[in-house]
Amino acid sequence: MNILVCVKRVPATGGRIVLTPDGTDIDTRYLGFTVSPHEECAVEEAVRIVEGRGGSTTVLTLGPAAAEDQLRDAMAIGIERAILLETDGRDWDPVATARAIVAAIRAQESANGPFDLILFGNESADSGGFQVGIRVAAALGRPVVTGIKSLAPGEGSVVARREAAGGGWETFELPLPAVVSVKEGINLPRYPSVPGRLRARKKEIERSTPAWQSGGLDKVVLRLPATETTQAEVLGRGAEAAPAVVDLLTRIGVLGR
Amino acid sequence: MSGPVIALVTSAGGGPDRASLEALTVARQIAAATGSPVEAIVVAERSSAGGAAASLAGLGVARAIVVEDDRLTPDHPDGWAAAVAQVAETRATSAIVGPGTERGNDLLARVAARLDLPMAANCLTVEPGNTWAISRQRWAGSLIEDCRLTARIKVLTIAPNTVAAGAPDGGAAPAVESVPVTLTDADLAVHVTGREAPERGKISLTDAKVVVGGGRGVGSGEGFAELEELASLLGGAVGGSRVVTSAGWRPHADQIGQTGLRIAPDVYIACGISGAIQHIVGCKAAKRILAINTDPDSPIMAVADYAVIGDLSTIVPAITAEIARRHEVDSPSS
Repeated sequence: MNILVCVKRVPATGGRIVLTPDGTDIDTRYLGFTVSPHEECAVEEAVRIVEGRGGSTTVLTLGPAAAEDQLRDAMAIGIERAILLETDGRDWDPVATARAIVAAIRAQESANGPFDLILFGNESADSGGFQVGIRVAAALGRPVVTGIKSLAPGEGSVVARREAAGGGWETFELPLPAVVSVKEGINLPRYPSVPGRLRARKKEIERSTPAWQSGGLDKVVLRLPATETTQAEVLGRGAEAAPAVVDLLTRIGVLGR
Repeated sequence: MSGPVIALVTSAGGGPDRASLEALTVARQIAAATGSPVEAIVVAERSSAGGAAASLAGLGVARAIVVEDDRLTPDHPDGWAAAVAQVAETRATSAIVGPGTERGNDLLARVAARLDLPMAANCLTVEPGNTWAISRQRWAGSLIEDCRLTARIKVLTIAPNTVAAGAPDGGAAPAVESVPVTLTDADLAVHVTGREAPERGKISLTDAKVVVGGGRGVGSGEGFAELEELASLLGGAVGGSRVVTSAGWRPHADQIGQTGLRIAPDVYIACGISGAIQHIVGCKAAKRILAINTDPDSPIMAVADYAVIGDLSTIVPAITAEIARRHEVDSPSS
């Protein structure tokens, strides 16, 4: 089975987001970079599927030259090939991102044969558009499901499960080739081994430079939400605070009888 | 006057879900600003469409559109996308507005992809104009993006828990209009083939009035027993931070935060949770937050309304014991 995983380089924001002086971006001078947890799981899932049934794995990203780091992270846990669609660092909106990825997939598939499965994270950690996987699937004429937390590929089809809106689970069975957006929780990603990292460092990365375009959704400026910083009322310290806590729970009506 | 604003309404438990009613509030604002009516498409079985339309009475919806195809169920995402796209095209729609839930984002992304339109997900405010000025959530709401949307039809989802759902004004139910659509077999190919019911008797984290959350400070999977006991006395549910689900102390389905669940209980009791922004975005819709933490300077204190300083492993059992003690004093016979 040939699997493609698409990832996006994002800052590891941790505790507090700081913006650049002009407000158009996050100040990343003191930050590391990573991919969304959903995408870490997509990479892990691709590696596991191919470990189990054989095949090939490829990771692709649209991003700046430094996104090479995220491609090597994926190769360090077992992805074989990497493709970088190199940008000048500007934001690409979801329509433009999907177009560039579709063009790259078509070129790859005409050279190397079709991808049976294309995996995305459910949404990127930063811009959170919830749509690139769906757009890529629509352009390629392939079935797609999102929010997937369990994946079982079979011969010519894949069974995918996700949590249902009202609780419980719902199952889809898609014919291959298919596109699936996964969520964190589908697996617990492994840590890369040192030999894995060393191997990844030496691998070739295929590069191309698509031209920036707008798909109609253009960022103007970023801002932090008005912080509703509260002054927490300290009810007490240690176990002696228990009566005050129970008074509070009674007062706000969650301790009915 | 421009064409109608279409409100996409998804349902839960027989009626419109709250996020759809919140999105309807924004749809009405857009309709008022552009001088157009609101028309609703309710994602439901055709047989229940009448009841669904009635449940929108008094909410400013001029017409409820029922899609004429008995094969279409809420389990067909592409089928609904095809139907919504066709309705939008034939009615010269100016905007399609739906809930920024998993299902709402999925469905409207499919619509946008079909019509080759951009989509703005999880919007907070929308100002129609030549190009539309939109603010939307990034980083699950830790950051706001002001952006411009240029499109023939504006496709928008509204971030849940950020605007109020309108209260019915006593007006009549919307007129129901049956609209034919053409669905191909390919449109119906992706569909739910199986379902597993939720665990019986388990209160879902997203519906619970009380949520007890645990973080790194709980120390182990076993440590959650005390949180479970407190939650059960309060009729609540137990969740955790990403640290906890990544460590395997709790299943991932219990994760509160950016890559997990967004909760909105009456009270959230955060035990041993430091309060990374990825967690805060999952719990900030709680009406009140009580933090139990050894560190009075931890970031969770900046969003907490109440705090108890100290070790949760002694405080949580003390709260449970106090509740039990008062219950016995009040009803000595039981």
